[in-house]
Amino acid sequence: MLSRVRRAPPRYWLVLVVAVLLLGLPSAATSFQSSQWTQVLIFTIAIMGLNVLVGYSGQISLGHGAFMALGAYTTAILVSRYHVDYLLTIPIAGLVTGAVGFLLGIPALRLSALYLALATFALAVVTPSLIKRPEKLTGGVQGILLVPPEPPQFAKDAFATVTNGPQMTSEQWLYYISLGVGAVLFWLAWNVIRHRPGRAMRAVRDGEVAAAASGINVAGYKTLAFGMSAFYAGVAGALYGLTTGFVSPDTFPVELSFQLLVGAVIGGLASTVGPLLGGIFVYWLPIISSQTISDQAWIPTQISDVFVKAGPAVTYGALLILIMIFAPRGIVGLLTSAYAALRKRLLGPGERGSGQMPPDPQTV
Amino acid sequence: MARTGPRLATLVVSLMALAACGGSEAQTDPGITSSSIKLGVTIAQSGAAAAYGTIANASNAYFKYINDQGGVNGRKIDYKILDDGYNPAKAVPLTKQLVEQDKVFAMFGGLGTQPQTAVRDYLNTSKVPQLFVATGATTFMADFNSHQYTIGWQPPYQGESRIYAKDVVANHAGAKIAVLYQNDDYGQDYLKGLTDGLGSNASMIVAKESYDTTAADTLSQLSKLKASGANTLFIFATPGFTIKSLVIVTKLAWEPTIYLNSVSNPQVYMGLAAKAGAALKNVTSVGYIKDPTDPQWASDDGMKLYQTVIKGCSTCNPLDGFNIYGVAVAYTMVDVLKQAGSNLTRANVISIASSGLNETNPFLLPGVKVTTGSSDHFPITQEQVITWSANGWHLQGSLIDEQVS
Repeated sequence: MLSRVRRAPPRYWLVLVVAVLLLGLPSAATSFQSSQWTQVLIFTIAIMGLNVLVGYSGQISLGHGAFMALGAYTTAILVSRYHVDYLLTIPIAGLVTGAVGFLLGIPALRLSALYLALATFALAVVTPSLIKRPEKLTGGVQGILLVPPEPPQFAKDAFATVTNGPQMTSEQWLYYISLGVGAVLFWLAWNVIRHRPGRAMRAVRDGEVAAAASGINVAGYKTLAFGMSAFYAGVAGALYGLTTGFVSPDTFPVELSFQLLVGAVIGGLASTVGPLLGGIFVYWLPIISSQTISDQAWIPTQISDVFVKAGPAVTYGALLILIMIFAPRGIVGLLTSAYAALRKRLLGPGERGSGQMPPDPQTV
Repeated sequence: MARTGPRLATLVVSLMALAACGGSEAQTDPGITSSSIKLGVTIAQSGAAAAYGTIANASNAYFKYINDQGGVNGRKIDYKILDDGYNPAKAVPLTKQLVEQDKVFAMFGGLGTQPQTAVRDYLNTSKVPQLFVATGATTFMADFNSHQYTIGWQPPYQGESRIYAKDVVANHAGAKIAVLYQNDDYGQDYLKGLTDGLGSNASMIVAKESYDTTAADTLSQLSKLKASGANTLFIFATPGFTIKSLVIVTKLAWEPTIYLNSVSNPQVYMGLAAKAGAALKNVTSVGYIKDPTDPQWASDDGMKLYQTVIKGCSTCNPLDGFNIYGVAVAYTMVDVLKQAGSNLTRANVISIASSGLNETNPFLLPGVKVTTGSSDHFPITQEQVITWSANGWHLQGSLIDEQVS
């Protein structure tokens, strides 16, 4: 048993550390900081789904903001009009969005990469306008207000006992809901990717003809990937609506879809921790580029003014170009190659040529 | 492994809990010290609505001017501006940041109907004043009873179009009206005001077309409106679309009587439209703020003060109508703080702002008063009809009260 623990690959320890940090965060942070990290987790969930689609099955989507909108509106309408329990609406939102995504995956089969990107982009553009039309249902441009959910008594008590401090707030409760949902979805994606469907998706991505020749149902796996990633975006949208407490057409601008794709690429496509890094990046970059940089006294005001004025969009673009040039496999790729280089230096060249398989089969 | 995991987790969690303790101190009114008053705002400074962002900078310039003169009763105003990109999903966390992390005393000058609706319930539950929001959506003034920590400032959109309705009935009795409006709360509010204001004459409206903010231009809508045979055109749009529409009307060789909403009527935009080829014949609008480009105010005291104040903002264009708006609303804010005197509590400040104002603001048209009372939560309700000729707006008649109920 002990030897198994000792031989566990370092990334298992990394997962443990990250899990403990995420679990303990609300007890160390303020209620407001918890709500910020809730948004990080929500972006992570959406990017996890996008990662399955783009990273593993090799299809591009510029329309995931629209799927998030569908999920958020499903939850908002069910909660505010039909008084369904908000926890119950999260899987419903995921399933509704997943079904729509699956159906959209069928015409997507006929489109090659560039045209698929355009078609999904069109979806992201029309969604805010479409939402405005059935005014009775969606509240039109006025949007739908949601009351922040109260944490149940057992959670309040447990939290107060553990932290020995004030009771759990609604923000902290939503953080734990997002963390729980995120953990389940992570486990799901991890299992899909490491097993038969994941291998099939990668085979389709790397060569459709070869995959078909090996007996893989190309169309089936492509639509599956579309449906699955829409399911993730729908769940993320439901949580996004609940944490924001307000859902309106302007909540889901075209830029949201771009941000998600950029997050997936920058975190590292086809990697398991990439989405978390992508989520952190997508949430914090606009805040840092517009707030933190201008607060730093040591940065000359001319430079910080440029950052503030340019807004997050320019910073996104510049970083994306840099990452594509210097680290095409994203932050995860950068970290793994740094780790490999460090290991080589520490262990010496003797390790080379031991005849073992590379330790990381999921980044084929 | 099975045993160490949970133990380690408990240890880390309890260490973090220790770190979290010992921070909070009780204070009755956050954001107030003996030498400062902290205010916050979220406004669009990037994205499609970025043009509005200068309003907060102009307000800040007025606060700097007041601070240089010693502040309000010895306290200097610290105004923290955050960019929400006109997105409600960003306005919510940023507002929470300002309230819970930066500990502002009040929110002042938040912009946009959707972003400010998104944070209204939160601010009212936390009893943080949401002062003088920059939107004319009627709900921000009319729903005071359910949201007693929220107050608007500018004339409501519906009231403004009631004035147009009165003007069109009085001066163009046989008009056939075509309406172009933005398909959101802003455009719909204007349209509702016009329809209500026309009352039994509502059949004067022969055609209406809407556009979405994602549209490239309004050519197809305006072509349809022209084909309807209308001779009077109402444009309820944001500045960019208004400029484009004015040019398209001229290109279509259409010469209707045009009514423009006040948001899009600053002379800067009229100048841009004229440069792009718009004829600008028979254009009517309303105003309540002095226009910095209008020569008739050249020697006016308020305008001179504005010119001094706006020099404190290096990125502000002094001719931009949004900047004098920002300075004027900051004037009201300072007025409220002065009246509160040493009783600087959130409850007292919102009660003065929402029912104790009687102010003559030097940046508004002569006679326009900023007033609130126990049953009047619409700070500005007077406007004056203006018509465009010889490259400038000209005041017509006298002030009209909107009488919104």
